[in-house]
Amino acid sequence: MTERAFSEHSFQTFLSEHKLMAAKCEGCGALFVPPRPMCPDCHGEEMAWVEVSGKGKLAAFTAVYIGPNAMIAAGYDRKNPYMTGVVQLDEGPLISAQILGLDAAQPEVGSIGTPLKVAFIERGEEEAQRTFLAFEA
Amino acid sequence: MTKRKLGRGVAVVGAGMSKFGAFPEKTTRDLFVEAFKDMRASVDKGLDANDIEALYIGNYSSDLFERQGHTAPIMADWIGLTPRPATRVEDACASSGVALRQGLLAVASGAYDVVLVGGIEVMNKLPIAEVTEALATAGDMLYEIPAGFTFPGFYAAMATAYMHRYGATPEALMQVALKNHDNGALNEKAQFNSTIAAVMEGKRRSAEKKGRPIPTWANEMEFLHDDRANPMIAWPLRLFDCSPVTDGATAVLLVSEEIARQYTDDPITIIGSGQASDGALHDRPDLTSIGAAKKASQMAYEMAGVTANDIKVAEVHDCFTIAEIIATEDIGFFEPGKGHEAAEEGLTTRHGPKPINTSGGLKSKGHPVGASGAGQAVEIFKQMRGKAGERQVDRDVDLALTHNVGGTGQTAVVHIYERK
Repeated sequence: MTERAFSEHSFQTFLSEHKLMAAKCEGCGALFVPPRPMCPDCHGEEMAWVEVSGKGKLAAFTAVYIGPNAMIAAGYDRKNPYMTGVVQLDEGPLISAQILGLDAAQPEVGSIGTPLKVAFIERGEEEAQRTFLAFEA
Repeated sequence: MTKRKLGRGVAVVGAGMSKFGAFPEKTTRDLFVEAFKDMRASVDKGLDANDIEALYIGNYSSDLFERQGHTAPIMADWIGLTPRPATRVEDACASSGVALRQGLLAVASGAYDVVLVGGIEVMNKLPIAEVTEALATAGDMLYEIPAGFTFPGFYAAMATAYMHRYGATPEALMQVALKNHDNGALNEKAQFNSTIAAVMEGKRRSAEKKGRPIPTWANEMEFLHDDRANPMIAWPLRLFDCSPVTDGATAVLLVSEEIARQYTDDPITIIGSGQASDGALHDRPDLTSIGAAKKASQMAYEMAGVTANDIKVAEVHDCFTIAEIIATEDIGFFEPGKGHEAAEEGLTTRHGPKPINTSGGLKSKGHPVGASGAGQAVEIFKQMRGKAGERQVDRDVDLALTHNVGGTGQTAVVHIYERK
């Protein structure tokens, strides 16, 4: 597991195993979700995988009424908007993800700060199956 | 950081644009020729096209929008300027703001005396869903778009973060749309060359004609709160919070300051330029401002040796209404968190102390993404020379600024102009 490259492919493979993984810089200790193959903070080259708690809070969000084709295919439209946002993990890094468990038809700015827990959404059949990162209130 | 200076002075001596709008019968070539002719007509003492030594053309994605790559040499060819070097510049919606900077640096370096910069984009050839997909590629296709983000969605997320921190309301955003349409109504080149009041009237007349119930909006605010007239796109942003899908081209002529007076007795000098980059939205510690825009502004102000207080007029990147409010803070016109109050108090109207987007901005003038940055310089060239017609501000504009953003702020480029 620790031999996996610090790439999107590896991050996605971890997601399919329902694990949210960060790349940690062995030099300065900075954490990166999504992973980075070299440290953008100290330019160090030694990285290591660490699993994060999957807990965080909502930093910014929106309810999308006109989504991209992939979300339309997933069943979302003007009458059934979905929520997406930026989540700040308890460990510090921020990540974009779909937000579940809040009412996308009645959004409120006051939802910012809501504690969230990681969730994994499976979409598509057979070879087209893919795990999407989400967070749930 | 060492204070940076340009190698020599560079002046804008001509600036023009095509009509912005939706033109199913036109390609980027047609629109660029239109922009070139408009620019040439603006050169007071005339321009021999053969004087031009190089071209820098901003273009986000003719590849996706028109299935045409390698566009810069085509533009050179269509205005008869081959074999001069022609370079395409791509930084999403900041493409031609960055093209302007590349042209500026090329002239300042001494490599050329006369450079044509500009931008091109034709977006209406694709169905709207495909336009959304094409624009999304300016975000992070690995980590942002799979989360369900769209461009309105990104700016909507910045809006919720901003509203949560500073108590801004959707009505403050609506004031930006109202103002920019008021300005665009006075710009014959604008895609939406009408006030929101006029849009309302048009909808009423259309309902009457079709024998439908005539809507009874008491005023523009009621119209803007109507889910049918102004549908939600990405909460809290509605249709009238978003810039349109636009076809258009822009052209700006840069020359070394030494020869500027061969072209005009009223040149506009570019005295400050700054550009910065950043990661995805989720890589930023502060979601209520655009760090790259603050950095680019700081660089431009330092180079120019002026401050935000000195600037009389600015064109800023209002791809969404919230973006204008954040921009007015990032360029230092207002303190962080005060931009929304300034918009509501009318401080940024043509008659206010800090006029913003007198052209109508991207919101009303239109946003042909790769052409928009150089388009801002076109308006500044007019305002500084007192040639903005009915929308001319009623004061001496000796210093002005343009602020152009790519994506959600992965690129930002700022220029400061002086009339001597």
